[in-house]
Amino acid sequence: MSLEQIPVKKARPNDYTSNEHPVWCPGCGHFFILRALTKALAWLNISKQDIGLVSGIGCSSRLPAYLDVYGFHGIHGRALALASGLKLARPDLTVIAAGGDGDGYSIGGNHFIHACRRNMDITYIVMDNEVYGMTKGQPSPTTDPEWHSKLAPNGTGLSSFNPMGIALASGASFIARGFSGDPNGLTKILTEAIQHQGFSLVEIKSPCVTFRPEQKDWHKSMRLMNVTPFANPMEAAQAIYGSDGFDTGIYYQADSPVYRSEASSKKNGTASEQMDIIEKALLV
Amino acid sequence: MANSLLETDQHRLALSISGSGGTGAVTVGLILLDAVAKAGFYGNMTRAFGPQIRGGESAVMLHFSDQPIETLAEFSELHLALDWVKFDRFEDEIPLTSSSLVIYDNSREKPPGLVKESGATLIGLDLQAIVKTLKGSRLNMVALGVVAQQIGLASHFIEAALQKTLGRKGPEVVTTSMAAVSAGMTLLTDTPLPGLADWHPTQTPRWNISGNEACGLGALRGGLKFAAAYPITPATDIVEYLAKPLAQTGGNLLIAEDELAAMNMVIGASFGGVPSMTSTSGPGLSLMTEAMGLAVAAEIPALVVTVMRGGPSTGIPTKSEQSDLNQALYALHGDAPHLVIAPLNIQESATVSQWSLRLSEALQTLVILVTDQHLGQTRMIMNPVEALDLNLQRSQPSAANEETSYQRYQLTETAISPMSIPGMTALQYTADGLTHSESGLPSSRAEDHAQQLHKRADKLSQFEYGDRWACTIPTAKAKFTIITWGSSFEAVKEAVETLNRQGAAISLIGLRLIMPLRTETLIELTQQQKVLVIEQNDSAQLYHYLLSQKAIPIDSDALAEPGPLLFKPTDLMPRIQTWMEGQL
Repeated sequence: MSLEQIPVKKARPNDYTSNEHPVWCPGCGHFFILRALTKALAWLNISKQDIGLVSGIGCSSRLPAYLDVYGFHGIHGRALALASGLKLARPDLTVIAAGGDGDGYSIGGNHFIHACRRNMDITYIVMDNEVYGMTKGQPSPTTDPEWHSKLAPNGTGLSSFNPMGIALASGASFIARGFSGDPNGLTKILTEAIQHQGFSLVEIKSPCVTFRPEQKDWHKSMRLMNVTPFANPMEAAQAIYGSDGFDTGIYYQADSPVYRSEASSKKNGTASEQMDIIEKALLV
Repeated sequence: MANSLLETDQHRLALSISGSGGTGAVTVGLILLDAVAKAGFYGNMTRAFGPQIRGGESAVMLHFSDQPIETLAEFSELHLALDWVKFDRFEDEIPLTSSSLVIYDNSREKPPGLVKESGATLIGLDLQAIVKTLKGSRLNMVALGVVAQQIGLASHFIEAALQKTLGRKGPEVVTTSMAAVSAGMTLLTDTPLPGLADWHPTQTPRWNISGNEACGLGALRGGLKFAAAYPITPATDIVEYLAKPLAQTGGNLLIAEDELAAMNMVIGASFGGVPSMTSTSGPGLSLMTEAMGLAVAAEIPALVVTVMRGGPSTGIPTKSEQSDLNQALYALHGDAPHLVIAPLNIQESATVSQWSLRLSEALQTLVILVTDQHLGQTRMIMNPVEALDLNLQRSQPSAANEETSYQRYQLTETAISPMSIPGMTALQYTADGLTHSESGLPSSRAEDHAQQLHKRADKLSQFEYGDRWACTIPTAKAKFTIITWGSSFEAVKEAVETLNRQGAAISLIGLRLIMPLRTETLIELTQQQKVLVIEQNDSAQLYHYLLSQKAIPIDSDALAEPGPLLFKPTDLMPRIQTWMEGQL
């Protein structure tokens, strides 16, 4: 689906924003992600009260307060777990989780793997600037091994984490990379991700102008929306591992089994009739 | 006779069964418990396991009575050994004396030295010989017949219990097993035990339920619609029990990748408007601690059941201790008021867990419900317990008002703010673990911080909890008051009641609502008293907590002992007497 085909509806991007001004630094890539997200929600015309936006801790995790939706700014690394509980309990909601590379791939790494594996209908937005910004500039799992910082004066020497590869291996059914400097492409990716049935990882390269000023040059290297989606994980793996990290677009989209609430399936009798059966089973 | 010290008119019988893995000792216990229940009596069954997952030795201890019974006997009157492999592991749990009768299969090992030294009467039977004559039969079923005969349990009750336990394996299995039981019943026809024959059976309906199941049932009655948990001994039975009923009643269960996830899943579901809980034990509670603080700060209702085991670290996962009270009270960082509640016995586990879930909803806070391995994994035959009729609802805002924007953490008279849930129009807000103002927006201002801290403390301290905060058993002219909690309660109660019958005057308080403490009431009850706090941990955690709150006199004493062996009334009585004598 192209953006031209999406029918124009009543909702406008600004309807989704709150009155709070972001804490982000001037020039931060996250501003554009916030804008792209509100545009995607407006295009999809989702009612504000039917959106659950869950985050962890970090610069990017401040996102929920900047939207006028049901938000949850939780604790570091646990956004996906909280979002999974919300989605299972409330399958009627559009559930979006958001955070940064440290929150999602380091402290939250286990939840990332298992959220991919469950493939619940959740959209996960990772604003990846390859640095811990809120704690002022430490290397994260996606930082280059050579990047020098106070905490790793000679670089970490560790090869960086491949989030899209891990997501594919773990069972996510929608995997894309976006760039905050390409609002149109990003809006399209987010729109598709939210519409996708299953777990969607949207990994977004978002420059940290304060602690990684060299990332301001990313726009020179990024290739905008040059990726073709595959439904076959083998082909997607080749595309993901064959990329230098500057390609954008949807890499993988598959129709995989989605973990859903059992509560909606048809039950015999009312809950109170069921409670009678449950209690009678205890009798000697 | 067992429990002679107790001078009770209640009929009681204490049995034990042991065997290595695969001998079916636990099966014999479960069938006996159910058969005695069908015969019209009460009982309980506790278990002891070796550390192996499968193939390990195991033992069950059974207590039968013509009235509900939760305490443990002084010694085992009849012990059945299906074999003697690693029996020494159970020396503590299965006390044998010269009054004990021990029946064993003499086709295998000889009884170990410690059994002979106990002076118990030993009867070796060639059970294996019977098994060989009955095609498809098993030794444990023959042994079951021997025990049934010894305690005067009619075979049709065994058959009914077998039908229930083994019926799904087909009628042949039941027939074969029953043939073995019948053969066993003819092996030893002398009945030296005063068995069930003289007891008065009841016709009233009774439950066969474990404490963990009761805990799950109470939560279901409280409207539970979501549970998330990571497996951990001895708490896993709670969510295993909940899996089916939750699906039946339109709820959901999520198997979490770890306890960090489980607690956050509960918070997410509850934020979505659904009564939610998790269950765990000490190590898992440690992992949940950060998120529990989030539930407190963001005022999200959440019930956490922790089933204590021996600690610290991995400790003794399969056995009981009351040593995680400090953890439940103090583990959270910051000033994080929450509720800590404990049932006093298995019989009230369902009502206390129902109350706990409803309190979490009404007060929009974290409730830690503290039980332990004994309360959780003991199986009881008991009178059914009615559901409570509680009017404790989550307060919700009325429809949005155009003029004023919704204030999620608005100050109110009760300090409880109406909580909107996703889907409600124009009542959106962002829940936050950051310090926030009434609107819910992050704030680091001193005024907002103090205001919201006080609000969260006040809503818990001002609430009217009613009589359920404790079980108080006052005694006229008592100079002594004993305070206890959790699984120690039943043993202490029986010891106190017996001493009082013998002329002592002791009052008893069993605490259910441990935080916030009903300090003023406790002061009123204990200010003229000599107070003894009894609990099963090494550092006297409840005692020090009560002193810190100035809820008991400064000269109060503690009787604190680590697990995993539970207090028995017969052990406690002389110790309480010695303590009272020391006060004079």
